[in-house]
Amino acid sequence: MPRANRLILAHIWVAVLAFGVAAAMAVMQALSRANLEVPYRSARMYYMSVTAHGVLMALVFTTFFIMALGYAVAQRENGEIRWLRFGWIMYGIAVTGTVMAAWAILTFRASVLYTFYPPLQAHPAFYIGLTLVVVASWGWCASIIASWRESRRRRGESPVSLAMHGTTANAMLWLLATIGVASEMLFQLIPWSLGWVKTVDPLLARTLFWFFGHPLVYFWLLPAYVIWYALVPREAGGKLFSEPLARVTFSLFLILSTPVGFHHQYQDPGIPAAWKLFHTFNTMAISFPSLVTAFTVVASLEVAGRLRGGKGLFGWIRALPWGNPVVSSVLFAGLLFMVGGFGGAINAAYVLNSVVHNTAWIPAHFHLTVGSAAALTFMGACYYLVPRIAGRELELGLLAKVQPFLWFLGMVLFSFTGHIAGLMGLPRRVFATDYAGAPQAEMWHTLTSVSALGGIVLFASAGCFVVVMIATLLTGKRTAVVPIEWAEPLSPPAGGFRKGIWDRLELWFVVAVVLVILAYAVPVYDLMHLTRYGSPGFKPF
Amino acid sequence: MKIDLYERVWMWGVGVMLALFFGSLANASIRHGFHPPSHVETIDPKKVFQNPLFSRQGVTVDAGGAVHVSVVGMMFAWLPGEMVLPAETPVTFHMTTVDVIHGFQIVRTNGQSMVIPGYVSQFTTSFKPGDYLIACNEYCGVGHHTMASKLKVVPKGSWQQPGALTSTAGVADAAR
Repeated sequence: MPRANRLILAHIWVAVLAFGVAAAMAVMQALSRANLEVPYRSARMYYMSVTAHGVLMALVFTTFFIMALGYAVAQRENGEIRWLRFGWIMYGIAVTGTVMAAWAILTFRASVLYTFYPPLQAHPAFYIGLTLVVVASWGWCASIIASWRESRRRRGESPVSLAMHGTTANAMLWLLATIGVASEMLFQLIPWSLGWVKTVDPLLARTLFWFFGHPLVYFWLLPAYVIWYALVPREAGGKLFSEPLARVTFSLFLILSTPVGFHHQYQDPGIPAAWKLFHTFNTMAISFPSLVTAFTVVASLEVAGRLRGGKGLFGWIRALPWGNPVVSSVLFAGLLFMVGGFGGAINAAYVLNSVVHNTAWIPAHFHLTVGSAAALTFMGACYYLVPRIAGRELELGLLAKVQPFLWFLGMVLFSFTGHIAGLMGLPRRVFATDYAGAPQAEMWHTLTSVSALGGIVLFASAGCFVVVMIATLLTGKRTAVVPIEWAEPLSPPAGGFRKGIWDRLELWFVVAVVLVILAYAVPVYDLMHLTRYGSPGFKPF
Repeated sequence: MKIDLYERVWMWGVGVMLALFFGSLANASIRHGFHPPSHVETIDPKKVFQNPLFSRQGVTVDAGGAVHVSVVGMMFAWLPGEMVLPAETPVTFHMTTVDVIHGFQIVRTNGQSMVIPGYVSQFTTSFKPGDYLIACNEYCGVGHHTMASKLKVVPKGSWQQPGALTSTAGVADAAR
């Protein structure tokens, strides 16, 4: 086994365990919102579990899986990972940070949700732990960028592989995005939670958080796109419809992901309307590469379906290998993402946002994006990667086959009802939805009950995934370590592709920085020059 | 770079679609004045009840006849707990909080704003007659789901101007 594979598997272990705990937290929440009496149900428990679910799913599961995938891509690219020891040190830091944050959350010292808006104040271990995870991820970014430079040097006039290109764009995007949350942690929350400063400005903290919070979405999504473009067409039996355009989309994500944060703050006071409208414009622009991705990925799947003998306008869809969980998870992820993507355009709509902001619509929306487009793709990718990297056969293959179907069903039940309940005004993140018997709250009841049913189905699906992974990692029959194979382009030019301007990620990074300055410098300067009054910490949990 | 014809058609198609999306939003906001609440004003969260705007919470009518509502958020209540407003009349809400962040949401309307300590939020909207629930839509602690108040909207003709609004100073003192 190549030495790097142990590091990749170590990351997979943390991702799978975090996912399992987070899924258990989620089923309890879904039942609670349906006003069902479950054991240990209490408001305190509920808000703790929302925090644990959010942090473990959105920050821990995703980050550890993304780092594992990135190392696997770099390993495939160069035959080795640069700075393996350094990688292990970063892994140690990330695990330490995760344990600190998890301890604070599970002992009820940090029920501040995964957005941790001050002046709600968590235990310092929560903030320091999450900061350590981010610091470790910077180490990962450095290692990825070093691998990318090495591959570029080695390949001369040909470009690096599409997967390496996408992974590196993601690492650079992450370095830019995390400036926001790192500043919030280091200059505001950590000194404040330790008592070194008395007060913090909550609006500045929100602005720094959402500077990070929206590109975080693309940090989740780009690895999914790497899998959709570079892995799935081949696994489905076809080829990648268009490789050059895929490169362009990754570079566009690097450029456009960050200067959009105010679309999470439309309802905030203290930020002038004109700046919010400017971020709306950028947000519409960032939809473009996703819509292009939709075309190219569906076209690639059609190529696969037709090569497998599918005929007619839609016959190719049935011909796809729905029994292969690597493919079916991506097919369902893509279907759900089409709905989630349009919901996202509604959230981003400057004018419509007032109807859906902070309602049940929002978690329903992001369970289709991060919870399906990203998480379901990651699960599908695990069925492909883990056997190859561990050198073991996939165990309990039947459960793996069923799992994406269950996820799709559960998500349809959970998310569609959530969207409707949100339009009917149900706030998000509430322990109970009866509002002391208010008549306006009665119409939510059926919807939250169906949603709870969806939660149970999702939990069953999550259980399948965790059991398959643990069984494979521990007891799967040993086989040879097989390398990852990337999809081939449909019509490569004679002599192969040549490096082009869209391959110059360092250039697009600079462009991204300029856009960020345009979008944030003036409003943040103006905010800092208001007569501001800070807030002391509150711990109402 | 060679791009397939179908891809070029698709790219133009989605490009035009996104331009239409943004165009309609810009049109609604610039020509028709629809904006999310974006008022810029700060306030000392420790001295909210000394501020003339918030020392009394509830409905007032200014010299020009415009209707205003002052709301203070706190864990876990909105002050005032009940209010009556006239239908089909522009009403300006002013909101702030004495502790953590709250979200003021009039359920099933587009009237909502984040309420952030140290800042004054403001929006103007009008209502159809009926009974409305006002909820908190930003997590504010263990009692978040109980934070609510009531709004009754009556036909314009039968609405009484709250000339002699009962003082809520007692509530405000208790809150401090």
